[in-house]
Amino acid sequence: MATPKRRRKAAKPADTPVEDLLSYYREMLLIRRFEEKAGQMYGMGLIGGFCHLYIGQEAVVVGMEHAIGPDDAVITSYRDHGHMLARGMDPKGVMAELTGRSGGYSKGKGGSMHMFSIEKRFYGGNGIVGAQVPLGAGLAFAFKYREEPHVCLTYFGEGAANQGQVYESFNIASLWKLPVVFVIENNRYAMGTSIERATAGTALYRRGDAFGIPGMEVDGMDVVAVKAAGDEAVAHCRSGKGPILMEMKTYRYRGHSMSDPAKYRTRDEVQDVRARRDPIDQLRLRLIDNKDAEESVFKEIDREIKAIVAEAVEFAQNSPEPDPSELYTDVLVDA
Amino acid sequence: MAKMNMIEAIRSALDVLMDKDPNVVILGQDVGYFGGVFRCTDGLQRKYGEHRVIDAPISEGGIIGAAIGMGVNGLRPVAEIQFADYIYPGFDQIVSELARLRYRTCGEFFSPVTIRTPCGGGIRGGQTHSQSPEAIFAHISGIRTVMPSNPYDAKGLLISSIESDDPVVFFEPKRLYNGPFDGDPDKPAISWVSHPKGEVPEGYYTVPLDTAEIIKTGEELTIVTYGTLVHVAQAAADAVGVDAEIIDVRSLAPLDVKTLVDSVNKTGRCLVAHEATRFGGYGGELVARIQKECFYSLQAPIGRVAGWDTPYPHAFEWQYFPGKKRLINAINKMMEAA
Repeated sequence: MATPKRRRKAAKPADTPVEDLLSYYREMLLIRRFEEKAGQMYGMGLIGGFCHLYIGQEAVVVGMEHAIGPDDAVITSYRDHGHMLARGMDPKGVMAELTGRSGGYSKGKGGSMHMFSIEKRFYGGNGIVGAQVPLGAGLAFAFKYREEPHVCLTYFGEGAANQGQVYESFNIASLWKLPVVFVIENNRYAMGTSIERATAGTALYRRGDAFGIPGMEVDGMDVVAVKAAGDEAVAHCRSGKGPILMEMKTYRYRGHSMSDPAKYRTRDEVQDVRARRDPIDQLRLRLIDNKDAEESVFKEIDREIKAIVAEAVEFAQNSPEPDPSELYTDVLVDA
Repeated sequence: MAKMNMIEAIRSALDVLMDKDPNVVILGQDVGYFGGVFRCTDGLQRKYGEHRVIDAPISEGGIIGAAIGMGVNGLRPVAEIQFADYIYPGFDQIVSELARLRYRTCGEFFSPVTIRTPCGGGIRGGQTHSQSPEAIFAHISGIRTVMPSNPYDAKGLLISSIESDDPVVFFEPKRLYNGPFDGDPDKPAISWVSHPKGEVPEGYYTVPLDTAEIIKTGEELTIVTYGTLVHVAQAAADAVGVDAEIIDVRSLAPLDVKTLVDSVNKTGRCLVAHEATRFGGYGGELVARIQKECFYSLQAPIGRVAGWDTPYPHAFEWQYFPGKKRLINAINKMMEAA
């Protein structure tokens, strides 16, 4: 049985080629700008219902995405826009799903929390807290069964870490040595409840100890650290050693969803994280300080991202609403 | 043709499909080494290996959730939940994940999981080993709900269920595993050997989903039922001497409305019977559909016989169970009506 290990990885920026760092920057910025725009569109009434923004947590999905390949699987919960963009899904299709249009990934029938891509091996987008975790174990089982070298990244939040089925999944995954990387995105708040108010034993990376699942504690605001830890976790899984657990220490800047009174933390707390730990600003400063990139490079990336997001918005507003006949399609196999 | 009881027929279905399709895997508590609490998977682990017949921990949510993940990633898992009464910890997975996957991905993803689970009473199991929760599942759009009443259908329907790209909750009335129980607990048990539906082909065949079966044709009254009560209803109709048409619904959802409606339009009388509790029960849906389509053909109000609206009692099992006497009373009442 593997000995649980705990560590905080702090890889030196010098280890990572500049072009990779700029890719991380670009991908994180795309998520940030996409989410800001989604928030605006929600405010304008163009997006309805539920909408959980990923702003602040970008380094987690971007770093992990660079630790896996296109044949690996990803599954997550309802704060999923960032995961899809990092996975390389089309921002147009994601935004159009948010606006409930036929051009969306689920023809508008899924909405913000329920989007998928068979091509990108993205298995959702799941709206029930913690319910995707056993599915992640099952996805990994199928890889192992077919003797394929792939892994399944199974994301969930620190709030979901208190759900019983998470531990059923830990037991099953460890017992059957499944290639699953459990990624806890600890953004400190389960809706309006801080981790301290809801969780006995806040060292979540140790939650696998009893199952023999090694745990890693990672600075989820540092994309380079995430990538380095992700490489190690994925290698562990690919080598047949069974599951591994990563706790990403991250932070969500915006409310849980769009209707969030924000009474559970101070404005100063949010400002402090933004000022000191913002994953995008930190990377940018690092690149400038090391004289690896000039302002003009960032300006160009800004322009590029702005255009992508504008195109997504345009598409999401002009794509037609689904035909009413779609209501009854895809309930069962359509005869 | 071979003589099989329902356990052997179910095992045979699993065997045939595991042999045919390497993507079929079985998982559940005690399904492997132990062979299943009712022996439905006996010998399959020895034959197909531990990687295909998987002993799972006591984790219904985990079992069903893992099965869904396997299914969406190309396998065709058959999960056994040891008793239908144990299915509730996995209920969220069935409703929120399994049933909804196809719809919310517009057909791109689906998970062809079959969940087999023994249901029903008559074995003195008390309230947590006797339930018939089929209405709860038939209520959920996006899954199929199936309940066979005999070995031939059990095998053919199970093969269809596993091969279907739709998720199926497959209820096995456990009182019928060893014989066609007619509702009289004092009579010696009858085996499937002498029953025509105990004749089961050894190889591959299917019974189509979405179809009800007319078990016996008749002219005076239609009895719409499924599961254990198919046999009880037949015995009751024989005892009264009424020429009843007996329909085994067997695919609860989607429902074969036409077979039911055609029959009731012909006979003019309809009795709906199931073992599950009455209030909010599946019979309510049957009555509503038949009433709407057959209203002007009906010579009497549609009757309903069901379990009492209580938990399944240990002590009063045969008072609770909607047995022959209650069905006979209901039939008589219907025949006396104008």
